[in-house]
Amino acid sequence: MPKVLSRVIKSGWKSFCRDGGLSAANIFIMVMTIFLITSLFLFKDFSGFLVSNIEEKVDISVYFKQEALEEDVLKAKEEIEDLSQVTAVTYVSPEEALGEFSQRHKDDPIIMASLEELGINPFPASLNIKAPDPAKYGEIAEFIEGSDFYNLIDKIDYYQRKPAIEKIFSFTSNINKGGIIFSAILVIVAILIAFNTIRLAIYSSREEIKVQRLVGASNSFIRGPFWVQGILIGFFAALICLLLFALICWIFDSRLDFLFPGFSLFKVFTSNFWLIFFIQLVSGIAIGVISSSIATKRYLKV
Amino acid sequence: MIRFQNIFKIYPPNTVALEDINFEVKTKEFVSIVGKSGSGKTTLLKLLMAEERPDRGRVFFEDQDVHKINPKYLPDLRLRIGAVFQDYKLLPFKKAYENVAYAMEALGATDEEIKRDVPEVLDIVGLAEKADNFPAQLSGGEKQRVAIARALIHRPDIILADEPTGNLDPYHTLDIIRLLLKINEFGTTVVLATHNKDVINFIGKRVLTLQDGKIVRDEKKGRFVI
Repeated sequence: MPKVLSRVIKSGWKSFCRDGGLSAANIFIMVMTIFLITSLFLFKDFSGFLVSNIEEKVDISVYFKQEALEEDVLKAKEEIEDLSQVTAVTYVSPEEALGEFSQRHKDDPIIMASLEELGINPFPASLNIKAPDPAKYGEIAEFIEGSDFYNLIDKIDYYQRKPAIEKIFSFTSNINKGGIIFSAILVIVAILIAFNTIRLAIYSSREEIKVQRLVGASNSFIRGPFWVQGILIGFFAALICLLLFALICWIFDSRLDFLFPGFSLFKVFTSNFWLIFFIQLVSGIAIGVISSSIATKRYLKV
Repeated sequence: MIRFQNIFKIYPPNTVALEDINFEVKTKEFVSIVGKSGSGKTTLLKLLMAEERPDRGRVFFEDQDVHKINPKYLPDLRLRIGAVFQDYKLLPFKKAYENVAYAMEALGATDEEIKRDVPEVLDIVGLAEKADNFPAQLSGGEKQRVAIARALIHRPDIILADEPTGNLDPYHTLDIIRLLLKINEFGTTVVLATHNKDVINFIGKRVLTLQDGKIVRDEKKGRFVI
């Protein structure tokens, strides 16, 4: 058995080398396929980042009436914090609100002048509420409306923001769904192309397979070298793809970081290095071997 | 050794390739099958290799019906038959040496046996110094000699030669026929299909004449008469 195996491997390697042009073409197609499969993986990561980034920016604010005392507001804050749907509640005192406002508009003399004209601090105390999931904001708003501190509340801006929040929510879930469907279609197309390329390559060997059968070779002895070639094509394609991705992630790293602060493509690549290589290797070898199996099958019926 | 029993073979839609074929080949015999193109010679040999199935009748190889053999075990039958074809059927991406060695590898011979036997057989067919050439780098006669070397390498019980000289000039034709006669002298049964008159008259052994799928003549020391 080891004798047969070593012969099969040797013969596969020889055909792979001697038919260099065809092997190169197969590797090229396979690189594209694996590239798409890896992109699907990285896209999932990237869209996840994008979605959580957008969702993080969403919050609702509860504005208290001018006459509400600070301790009442802090008590309300504690009650809201106890809700399971809530990640964080920040208290913004009237002074902080005023400071923030003047900081933002310090270059606008008209606004600053009118603020001074007013004489008093027009900003109410408020609570900023964040939830992990935009869908939860409705429940939180309902809870506040039913609470006993509701009479201290001037307004909850959830209802103004509701359409925007819902839009973001559907947008992010669409990014996920659409992206995955789109990449899945691309991956299927790429697999079909790779499969057909290998099939055509083996089609040109159909006479050879027939001769091998007539000379008395067993099916596995004939198929073995084709499997070995499939494995080699998958292996080299995976290697090339890995290098290609390392390069792309490295080049686009700074640009993407500029567009989406906090997202490092290169880091995603390096921290998932083995997983990515594993995905590439397995998909490459699997496509190579399965394609050669299916392609050789029909010529072995002599 | 070989027995054809009431063989009928019809290619769809209605080409009758063989009709009621009955004959026997004994061990160590040299049998030539003669006939025009399309008379059924190749079909006859393909039936013996189990490359084709008859529509009726049976083909026996040493009392075994070759068409009842499970496809999985067909290699065992084929390893006992050495086949030589008009178009050589060499593996184009293997060197002459590798083409011959392939049959031994398929058989599961050890590397030592291959190293010992292949040069010897290539020497018998006179191609020792062309061992490292690819088929495309060989002449027709040389290719056919590689094919014969491949057919001989696993010491088959029988050699089937289907128009082995069909593509060769008269000089190389006699070369190949002498080789086949020599192989026969060493004790291997040979079945030769040909339409070459000179070849048949040169051999002077048993001749089966096929015409329109039927055996019309079977002579011990035959001549080419069609």
